[in-house]
Amino acid sequence: MSVFINKDTKVIVQGITGSTALFHTKQMLEYGTKIVGGVTPGKGGMEVEGVPVFNTVKEAVEATGATASVIYVPAPFAADSIMEATDAELDLAICITEHIPVLDMVKVKRYMEGKKTRLVGPNCPGVITADECKIGIMPGYIHKKGHVGVVSRSGTLTYEAVHQLSEAGIGQTTAVGIGGDPVNGTNFIDVLKEFNNDPETYAVIMIGEIGGTAEEEAAEWVKANMTKPVVGFIGGRTAPPGKRMGHAGAIISGGKGTADEKIRVMNECGIQVADTPSVMGETLIKVLKETDLYDKCKTH
Amino acid sequence: MNIHEYQGKEVLRQYGVAVPNGKVAFTVEEAVEAAKELGTDVCVVKAQIHAGGRGKAGGVKVAKNLEEVRTYAEEILGKTLVTHQTGPEGKEVKRLLIEEGCDIQKEYYVGLVLDRATSRVTLMASEEGGTEIEEVAEATPEKIFKEEIDPVVGLTAFQARRIAFNINIPTKLVNQAVKFMMGLYQAYVEKDCSIAEINPLVVTGDGKVMALDAKLNFDSNALYRRKDILEMRDLEEEDTKEIEASKYDLSYIALDGNIGCMVNGAGLAMSTMDIIKHYGGDPANFLDVGGGATAEKVTEAFKIILSDENVKGIFVNIFGGIMKCDVIATGVVEAAKQVGLEVPLVVRLEGTNVDLGKKILAESDVEIVAADSMADGAQKIVSLVG
Repeated sequence: MSVFINKDTKVIVQGITGSTALFHTKQMLEYGTKIVGGVTPGKGGMEVEGVPVFNTVKEAVEATGATASVIYVPAPFAADSIMEATDAELDLAICITEHIPVLDMVKVKRYMEGKKTRLVGPNCPGVITADECKIGIMPGYIHKKGHVGVVSRSGTLTYEAVHQLSEAGIGQTTAVGIGGDPVNGTNFIDVLKEFNNDPETYAVIMIGEIGGTAEEEAAEWVKANMTKPVVGFIGGRTAPPGKRMGHAGAIISGGKGTADEKIRVMNECGIQVADTPSVMGETLIKVLKETDLYDKCKTH
Repeated sequence: MNIHEYQGKEVLRQYGVAVPNGKVAFTVEEAVEAAKELGTDVCVVKAQIHAGGRGKAGGVKVAKNLEEVRTYAEEILGKTLVTHQTGPEGKEVKRLLIEEGCDIQKEYYVGLVLDRATSRVTLMASEEGGTEIEEVAEATPEKIFKEEIDPVVGLTAFQARRIAFNINIPTKLVNQAVKFMMGLYQAYVEKDCSIAEINPLVVTGDGKVMALDAKLNFDSNALYRRKDILEMRDLEEEDTKEIEASKYDLSYIALDGNIGCMVNGAGLAMSTMDIIKHYGGDPANFLDVGGGATAEKVTEAFKIILSDENVKGIFVNIFGGIMKCDVIATGVVEAAKQVGLEVPLVVRLEGTNVDLGKKILAESDVEIVAADSMADGAQKIVSLVG
């Protein structure tokens, strides 16, 4: 089992003929992801990497039976692409695109209300279920099949955590990058709920950063609902206030959204937080041992 | 992106939001000329810098005649203002706003911000104007009123009216306040603001509702479609290294320490600063080279890091996903040669093509200290810088 995606998930790539999308389509196919189609308006009828291209998402879905989409469309047009995926009633739309204007995302979120599509991202590395399905831009080879769920606002920090886990022989179920933007589709709680319900996931690592209060809300949810151990990490302890640290959402404003506050709330809610990013794996392993889950999670 | 108060007021005027008459001045003569044109008994000489707290720092003066305008303009222009938002080094005043004085009856606060929890723009207001909204939120949260705005219909009149009554705008001026707020929202949406803060909004003795100050910030991701706003950018208000970095699409923020950092990914870049600090060092910058960096981009990143004379060592921390380690390695070697690197360099590589990357580093004639992990790298650079 896993969350959101598995070996049977049929995926289309929106913006497939762009250079980044092409590169990653190839990588995803090599990983074993079932890429069944692509969409680029005006390029319908073409074929790239052995994948048929369609003019519209609706057409692609009708022809291929896809249930998920990954979006590499440039920022000025990405919001429209998310809405097109929503209109085609896909289960899942994963938006990799960075730098989408925030007011575009405000409209997108409004448009998606009451509709069935789940959006992951934007500005995220994607979602991967180890050895089954990789949708996004993460390096596939660092992931190892196992029992730890990973959810994160940051791409490279996710790789860092996954790498540490795999090196220590602790595999993962699914790693979900929710993205670094202030308005995103899926939040920590959405993913934690899925991990909580997934019988194959025994523990979770949650990686946050400065800005907003999503980590605090997630910590409260964990305290009230989570039946599995969760450990965490927060990036940006030393970030100066009022500066956007690369991610549009990573900003301490009006004294709110500091790492110290997030860590304090997480600790209060029973989440152990790694002191530095290089001990994210160690911290989880320590907790697995404390909860007698280590042997069940150890994959080699 | 930030703009000056006078520019913010120009934007607001386009949307029918009432602001006092005023003019920008770059010299003392222009200031006096502007005051003459205004022709009011009293006018205000206001320092224009990208920071709040100007009044307390002596950057805002009320002049009762042209002589006083001259005196104050001479005093403020060229002065370095230190406020709670400028940092200890302060900011030099190069522009003034000369504005008509007004008879303030009461000060309020009105602001528009994105509420991340609801993914909606929220109108926020309080009758405690003039003080920072964070302080009001702390001391008297019951005095802050909010309206969540549906992006489909925009701010509705009834919401603006409800806010106006809640913050006790005099009844006969409520309609003016509503018009003000509706215009402010229009400006926020049509110019892609990230913050629109009017503090204070004032009610005057002659029955007007207007913006005495205006702080507009813009979503940098939307500037491609807001050319008029982009033209208002004042490069003198920004860090030269940050400007240089933005040309190459590098995300760079200058800090106070002496260890230069080059990292891929915002989260990892922040955490690299954290881990340097954890081991007793001090980062000189935040720098995210991004996902699609080329050797050329890496070279530019190096130059920018080294243009900070405080830098006594560099830590390169890369986890290659999209970014391939061999590309980074080539860029690092190239850059080190080009700039004639004289400070210690620690490189930690992991991810796609890592072996190839390490080989390139090892075979180069540049002196590079290789690190096995982030922690190892951070400890090494901290001890090398001393």
